[in-house]
Amino acid sequence: MLDKVNKPKLVVIGNGMAGIRTVEVLLDRAPDLYDITVFGSEPYGNYNRILLSPVLAGEKTVDDIMLNTEQWYEDNGITLRKGEMIEMIDRRTCEVVTAEGARVPYDRLLIATGSNPIMLPLPGKDLPGVIGFRDIQDVEHMVKASTSYKNAVVIGGGLLGLEAANGLMKRGMNVTVVHLLDTLMERQLDQVAGGLLRKSLEERGMVFKMPAQTEAILGTDRVTGVRFADGEEIPADLVVMAVGIRPNVELARKAGLYCERGIVVSDTMQTYDGRIYAVGECVQHRRQTYGLVAPLFDQAKVCANHLAMKGFATYDGSVVSTKLKVTGIDLFSAGDFAPGADKEEIVMQDASRGVYKRIILRDKRIVGAVLYGDTVDGPWYFQHLRDGTDVSHMRERLVFGAANLGDGGHSGKNSVAAMSDDTEICGCNGVCKGTIVKAISEKKLFTIDDVRAHTKASSSCGSCTGLVEQVLAFTLGGDYSAAPKVKPICACTDHSHDDARRVIVENGLKTIPDVMKFMDWKTANGCHSCRPALNYYLLATWPGEYRDDQQSRYINERVHANIQKDGTYSVVPRMWGGVTTPDELRAIADVADKFNIPTVKVTGGQRIDLLGVKKEDLPAVWADLNKAGMVSGHAYAKGLRTVKTCVGSEWCRFGTQDSTGLGIKLEKFMWGSWTPAKVKLAVSGCPRNCAEATCKDVGVVCVDSGYEIHFAGAAGLHIKGTEFLTKVATEEETLEIIAALTQLYREQGWYLERMYKWCDRVGLDAIRKQVVDDVANRKALFSRFAHSQQFSQSDPWAARAERGVDRNEFTPLAELELA
Amino acid sequence: MTKWIEIGTLNDIPVLGSRVVRTASGNIAVFRTSDDEVFALDDRCPHKGGPLSQGIVHNKRVTCPLHNFVIELKSGMAVAPDEGCTRAHPTKVENGIVWLGVQAVATVPAE
Ligand SMILES: Cc1cc2nc3c(=O)[nH]c(=O)nc-3n(C[C@H](O)[C@H](O)[C@H](O)COP(=O)(O)OP(=O)(O)OC[C@H]3O[C@@H](n4cnc5c(N)ncnc54)[C@H](O)[C@@H]3O)c2cc1C
Ligand code: SF4
Ligand code: SF4
Ligand code: FES
Repeated sequence: MLDKVNKPKLVVIGNGMAGIRTVEVLLDRAPDLYDITVFGSEPYGNYNRILLSPVLAGEKTVDDIMLNTEQWYEDNGITLRKGEMIEMIDRRTCEVVTAEGARVPYDRLLIATGSNPIMLPLPGKDLPGVIGFRDIQDVEHMVKASTSYKNAVVIGGGLLGLEAANGLMKRGMNVTVVHLLDTLMERQLDQVAGGLLRKSLEERGMVFKMPAQTEAILGTDRVTGVRFADGEEIPADLVVMAVGIRPNVELARKAGLYCERGIVVSDTMQTYDGRIYAVGECVQHRRQTYGLVAPLFDQAKVCANHLAMKGFATYDGSVVSTKLKVTGIDLFSAGDFAPGADKEEIVMQDASRGVYKRIILRDKRIVGAVLYGDTVDGPWYFQHLRDGTDVSHMRERLVFGAANLGDGGHSGKNSVAAMSDDTEICGCNGVCKGTIVKAISEKKLFTIDDVRAHTKASSSCGSCTGLVEQVLAFTLGGDYSAAPKVKPICACTDHSHDDARRVIVENGLKTIPDVMKFMDWKTANGCHSCRPALNYYLLATWPGEYRDDQQSRYINERVHANIQKDGTYSVVPRMWGGVTTPDELRAIADVADKFNIPTVKVTGGQRIDLLGVKKEDLPAVWADLNKAGMVSGHAYAKGLRTVKTCVGSEWCRFGTQDSTGLGIKLEKFMWGSWTPAKVKLAVSGCPRNCAEATCKDVGVVCVDSGYEIHFAGAAGLHIKGTEFLTKVATEEETLEIIAALTQLYREQGWYLERMYKWCDRVGLDAIRKQVVDDVANRKALFSRFAHSQQFSQSDPWAARAERGVDRNEFTPLAELELA
Repeated sequence: MTKWIEIGTLNDIPVLGSRVVRTASGNIAVFRTSDDEVFALDDRCPHKGGPLSQGIVHNKRVTCPLHNFVIELKSGMAVAPDEGCTRAHPTKVENGIVWLGVQAVATVPAE
């Protein structure tokens, strides 16, 4: 680790949501890169500004909404200078200057100063009792006022104004909302929805004066009333201005950085001075400024990646959606819903249920949605809107939402809201949505680990993790998901997967106990989560040297077969490239007969599964299969599974290359390799893609002029098409690139992290650079792969069947004659 | 009455591993911890009957291979938040020999 003095200095101005999110992501990507100092003019750690509304309404406390404690800053080596305001940026000397005149140098500067509430220039605007709604201080002010005063006026009938009005009303004040236009939240709602909203707020006791223009705020020592343009006056002891926000660009503008409405930034979140970045509400990107956290977090991610000097992610702007956080009122709005000649609308209104839905389509695609009363499908519409999905095939039923399209939710996160309580979320453990929701609310669960522990959901194959996270987000409320902290491997340690990988390499640690000791593990022998992970990291780091620890292997990998629900096993011999012979088939048939194997099934990976084998029969079954020339198919392994092929140029009239032959070559070269999670390959002989290569971890699609290599696909609970990696001319290059790619994944992937997730995390471009563009690096990766293959290509079945390896495993210790 | 039966030697059981003792009334899983303590449980997870002998042993616990219930080796109790219990049997190790204590059928307490 570099010491503080030698590290480049990153100074962050603004201790708010966007700035700190950037720091968090940066710490995750490159923990030790910078010496970080954060200036925040507010006297607190970072808090969740969104939740000020529930705090005002008395539904949450200030403590509830703190995001990062001071301890967090300390633990991460960040200097927090709270309550200190930056007055000036001196770009010539690369220093920031505080209000007290202290100068602090920077190598990189991040401006995240947010925005300020717009205070209308009315007479009386500076009277005590006239405030905005932006920070904890404002909330404290309002709460205090509500205890000694009666009448409040909120100017502005937008999102913020209504949330303020609702909170003050909950605190017992008489609240009048003054709005310039005749529709509430006109930027998000159409007239009908605005009317419904007004009606239900009126039922709760809110008073509206609209359309109305405020002319003056009255009072001498403190506000006493408000006068309108029509001459009417109403009493007021508190006036909250919520008419909009203005990006806080003063500091940047004074420093000579180019600003328009906000600080103008590029797609990498850099200002006109490349050393100075900006994120958050103070920023203007492609003419757009934002006032919601979701897009700001997108910006934070891009900015952090760039600061970490990793990846080439760019920010392309965001489409936003809005929900109103007034308990008991369901309202959702997204996109563009102004009427237009080229637009079509689908409207549904159910007055008795108080439900209104309006979906706006243009050119077969959803461009806007307004939902009132029933918003469960909001995220679902929003997803289609962002994806630009052609929805013509479901047009008739569109307005009824996801639940009515027979989509069981497996298309991913956005149907979660629409799911009924008895929808199964975790197929492995049979856990329904209702169970998860109940556990979250009753047991106060906040993290995916909590949910796993209490419900078992997502604790097995993990493919439903995304769905469970969605249920979590949906149940906890809020429009964003909590910040991803550096995630420890499991409860046995505070260290992350990356920490463990790095420490093993840097310190030459060679056994699990050594790693645990070095890293201060909290438990004596770890647990079922961390031990297999460490075992894999050691195996991948020290090929040929590290001795695989059988007791840290999941049972399937320990006994080289797949455990079934009744404790029997299934056995899958390798069929190279999916090609078999009459002799092999006869041998399989004989084995099935001899050992009374109840089920013989063809798998999705072009081979044959023998199910229901008793554990003690395994060695004998393998011996017979070995005799016929077959070896383990590693159908149980976090390693190379199958290479699916089509018949290609050998038989198919469309075939361009020998896809079967290439598949077999790949499988023969790569079998036996251990990887962070399973790896499945496929080779198709032409773009008709009969081997379904474009949803595999690695897929090759042959074309006339060569081989297209794709990777990072998935076709389980998550469905994801592959990313195109590169195209090459020969089989040799194909093999080299795929082996290099796999090796990079072996060296960087977290245990149980599938290739597509790894790609998501480290970035497609970073991977392509290392395995395609940088030829020397590719060759080095390839030779590391080839080196470790020497040690892993021996058939585990033969070892056990013939040489009696692990004999203990397959025989009982004793047989007792007990009643 | 507990009847002690010799079932094998300590070395027959891998460290942080398990072996099975077969009986007419079902398998018993015998575990060995990293400090050579030996425990025995019915080889049936309280969740859905998974074979605990096939799980990963850590500290004085085993994780069921089917859905990751974690069971205390000593008591057979599932570790919270999971719930359930599997029957534990007394064991002792003397001079490297492992003994299993079995209850005469009539005296099995109906807990
Ligand atoms: C009441 C309320 C409800 C909201 N509800 C939602 C919602 O439901 N959904 C949603 O998506 N968004 C909501 N928002 C908007 C959301 O909170 C903001 O978009 C987000 O907080 C902006 O993040 P930021 O980092 O850009 O600015 P901020 O979080 O405001 O952070 C900027 C920080 O910089 C500090 N600062 C400024 N200048 C200086 C300086 N010169 N020196 C030192 N420090 C400085 C400020 O004190 C501030 O702490 C809500 C906002 C409010 C006020
Ligand atoms: S085989 Fe796969 S899809 Fe089928 S039940 Fe098991 S985990 Fe689910
Ligand atoms: S992918 Fe192309 S070559 Fe292969 S079987 Fe299909 S059509 Fe034939
Ligand atoms: S059977 Fe043991 S956890 Fe389900």
